[in-house]
Amino acid sequence: MALVEIKNVHKRFGDLEVLKGVSLNVEAGEVVVLLGASGSGKTTLLRCINHLETIHDGEIKVAGELVGYTRDKDGKLREEKDAVTSAKRARIGMVFQRFNLFAHLTALENVTEAPVQVLRVPPAEARKRALDLLASVGLKDKADHYPHELSGGQQQRVAIARALAMEPRLMLFDEPTSALDPELVGEVLETMRRLAASGMTMIVVTHEMSFARDVADRVVMMADGQVIEEGPPAQLFSAPSHPRTKAFLARIL
Amino acid sequence: MVFDSSAFFETLFSSTFIVPALTTLGITFVAMALAIILGFGGALAALSRHRALRWLAQGYLGFFRGVPVLVQIVFWYNALPVLTDNAINLPALIAGTIALGLNEGAYMTEIIRSGLISVDPGQREAARALGMTKAKAMRRIVMPQALKVIIPPTGNQFIAMLKTTSLLFAIAVPEIFSTGTNIYSQNFKYFEVLFVVSIWYLALTALLTALQKMIERRFAARPRRNTAILAQEHG
Repeated sequence: MALVEIKNVHKRFGDLEVLKGVSLNVEAGEVVVLLGASGSGKTTLLRCINHLETIHDGEIKVAGELVGYTRDKDGKLREEKDAVTSAKRARIGMVFQRFNLFAHLTALENVTEAPVQVLRVPPAEARKRALDLLASVGLKDKADHYPHELSGGQQQRVAIARALAMEPRLMLFDEPTSALDPELVGEVLETMRRLAASGMTMIVVTHEMSFARDVADRVVMMADGQVIEEGPPAQLFSAPSHPRTKAFLARIL
Repeated sequence: MVFDSSAFFETLFSSTFIVPALTTLGITFVAMALAIILGFGGALAALSRHRALRWLAQGYLGFFRGVPVLVQIVFWYNALPVLTDNAINLPALIAGTIALGLNEGAYMTEIIRSGLISVDPGQREAARALGMTKAKAMRRIVMPQALKVIIPPTGNQFIAMLKTTSLLFAIAVPEIFSTGTNIYSQNFKYFEVLFVVSIWYLALTALLTALQKMIERRFAARPRRNTAILAQEHG
């Protein structure tokens, strides 16, 4: 059984259908990069996986469980209780384009907040683990800094540590380097590379082709709310079969 | 005009105003507490994804901001007993406090709403992605940041409320101003008595201003980071 099972997912914003029957499986330990032009639905798909967005049809399961919905007797999906969805989300890490570190908390407090508040980890233990995580992203000496005192790259590394503090079984990355100055992209990608090497299951929306080529097990190409092509990066980059993939790669490489 | 200084000082140093001053302060705090509770409810309703709740908040806001507060005060004290065949007949102090609190709640709704929308939606989203429930994300992440925006104007409203309590003289609540009117209607020393009344209000607003400064300092200041502890852990 795949860790993430996405079956025929449809999603609309008003009259605009942004996902038109997307299906995708991600195995445990796999690193999948979602590619596509803006508006292709890749970020929306990512946000549906942890139910930050609702879906209108189809289903998404993580570790065999629906996230955000329960299926009643006649097979219809119903929104489940907030507390139940929240508990499932706790094990799905997410890293945002704009970092979204909690502005009123220090780097250390950002990392301890959810383990203490959601998982009820004793504060002393959470703190110790948070310092280890900050050290692992190279920011132990910034533990007592507020987000506004950190560079974008540092903020994003804290955000990765914050997500990892929940011991997620899956990490979602939504264009994690798009808001960064070019010279800060490398440090974040390096952190992600090491995470991938440690065996973390990752779904990454990015335009960083070098990351996709070197780290991804599989690249999934989306266009107009559909998956149009997927395969190992070597194959997809050197011999794309779909004309839109060719056009996209020609533009971006 | 002759300033009757003996009448002035006699009134100023009489103990007559002590209980009314405490009454004024009491009404102010209770009415503001009511307003803040209503304001939170109103702000959450105004930002709700349920249309009925948004309409409810809009209706509350529109009505209570639109009708003069003096009219509301007299309604609660004089009109409500008639309307309910005396089933509800509130003492003036309670009727007046409810009227002020309900009216102020409309303003607090707007203040709290603007505080909540000043917080980047990404903060709430990150909290939710980490497994916090809606309530916890509000309490732990959004509200602490919103408070920085909410507290200064709330201090302002507190001081405005202190002065607005004087309208309760219309339903004979024994607060500072009505106590003054009772005195000058007997001795006709309008100016001297109003001067004393003003001094009491000034003293109380000064007190509230000091309180506001104290609270703002506490919330605005970022906690100093504890370098000693961290240095120890690095070492």
